[in-house]
Amino acid sequence: MQQFLDTTLGGLVLGAVYAAFALALCLIWRSTRIVNFAQAAMAMVTTYIALTLINADVPYWVAFVAAIAAGFGLGAVIERVIIRPVEGKAELNAVILTLGLFMVLHGLTAITFGVQHRGFPAPVSTNAIAVGDSSIGITPFGILTIVVVAVVMAGLVVLFRFTDLGLRMRAAAFNGEVSRLLGVRVGRMLTLGWALAAAVGAVAGMLIAGGDLVNPAFMDPFVIYGFIAAVLGGLDSPLGSVIGGLILGLSLSYVTGYIGEHLAPLVALGILMVVLLVRPSGLFAAAAARRV
Amino acid sequence: MFAVEDLSAAYGPVKALNGVTFTASRGQVTAVLGANGAGKTTLLRTVSGLVRSTRGSVQLDGKDITRTATEKLTSYGLAHVPEGRGVIAELTVVENLRLGGLHRSTGSEPMPIERIFELFPRLGERRDATAHQLSGGERQMLVIGRALMARPSVLLLDEPSLGLAPRVVAQIFDLLRGLVQTEELTVVLVEQNARSALSIADHGVVLNLGKVVASAPAAELAADEQLRHAYLGF
Ligand SMILES: Nc1ncnc2c1ncn2[C@@H]1O[C@H](COP(=O)(O)OP(=O)(O)O)[C@@H](O)[C@H]1O
Ligand SMILES: [Mg+2]
Repeated sequence: MQQFLDTTLGGLVLGAVYAAFALALCLIWRSTRIVNFAQAAMAMVTTYIALTLINADVPYWVAFVAAIAAGFGLGAVIERVIIRPVEGKAELNAVILTLGLFMVLHGLTAITFGVQHRGFPAPVSTNAIAVGDSSIGITPFGILTIVVVAVVMAGLVVLFRFTDLGLRMRAAAFNGEVSRLLGVRVGRMLTLGWALAAAVGAVAGMLIAGGDLVNPAFMDPFVIYGFIAAVLGGLDSPLGSVIGGLILGLSLSYVTGYIGEHLAPLVALGILMVVLLVRPSGLFAAAAARRV
Repeated sequence: MFAVEDLSAAYGPVKALNGVTFTASRGQVTAVLGANGAGKTTLLRTVSGLVRSTRGSVQLDGKDITRTATEKLTSYGLAHVPEGRGVIAELTVVENLRLGGLHRSTGSEPMPIERIFELFPRLGERRDATAHQLSGGERQMLVIGRALMARPSVLLLDEPSLGLAPRVVAQIFDLLRGLVQTEELTVVLVEQNARSALSIADHGVVLNLGKVVASAPAAELAADEQLRHAYLGF
């Protein structure tokens, strides 16, 4: 029972991070129909920016906000400069471009910061919380992770459901031409979509790095796990991405806890294969048939 | 007044629009007729800046709006309902309408959504439905209602009757006729369905191969048997 509780809590924390990452992929997919394989590398860059600030004695939360702002700017610039020219062209062009971007960001970070592992601080303890004389499988930083991700989700829900800006962004993503005829500045909305996604990715990066070691490759597993979570929930559905992330986090945590850590990547790929075979549009894809 | 002067456009070497000139007056329906491929859609898309004009100009109430960015036209009071209805299928009825009101004609008062529901009670009943759940007729009502949310002075409609049952077409055309009077609208109605369009239009312009071949009061066009046989198919 104790082990089940511990693995579940651990899975929720892991799932929250996957969810944030999947959400970032989903935001970009919805606005530009591109799977952004550079997402993890972008988050890695913003995390290094935060680390540089923290090492220069900037307070943790200031660095956290700076990482988000850097993500926002990086996402916007990448959309404008690199992605815009291939939008609406063959899908493979954009995919190859984001893979190339992944490598370039990797290389640049390695050159600038070196490839050695560096410790990354956490704003609260990363030791398991003690209850009586035993400890439970969650840390204060784990709780913080869940709370931060929940706040990000809630913010996005409010933005997309209840604000005019969110309505413009959704309209631009769904039907650019009609949106332009209605006065929406579609190009700006797509830039904003990438910027927001990268900002969410930056949050995920900070949460993954906290209390751990970082090197330029530390986010790489999330290229795969974030993608699996997003596909599991349906790339089109923000809510689906979140649930996909939680399901993946819990599954991997149970596999790690009860069978063995080495099996986790295999199970993740198994989940991806089953979803692609059985329900390629994801568990929560809207029933709406998209007009082409 | 809405005036198109010598407007021309091409798709590569294909001249789809060749020196089109006509005017549409306030409070009137001007029908633009012609067979499939005559250039009607291209005309509206060129006016809206979705297709680049190679020559000519477009004036709205004396203002030159030629080559104005598409996104800015609603603020000048121009609304364009594209061919194939153009509802945003993933948004609800209310969201589609809200979207239509976000970028209004400059200086105009917001249009209350309830006013659209008075015009189209059926939309009010389905206000929280997602647009992809609507019937063809309901979608057409939605896009017209959405265009009205921007308080336009000129409304461009591309084949609103396409794929609708005759009864629904009659209902929508009746509504249009009423709107022209109450809202002081200038309506440019592009139609292949010439008979129905002429029945509510004040004026008609006939296109063939990208050129204007006739421009006359609607009753006159409807009475011209030779023209009807040659270009209008009835
Ligand atoms: N996107 C396009 N690319 C190339 N040719 C086009 C395109 N759209 C229309 N055309 C051609 O332009 C001409 C006018 O088409 P269109 O404006 O759609 O006519 P209508 O709306 O009157 O049916 C036709 O010959 C059509 O084949
Ligand atoms: Mg047409």
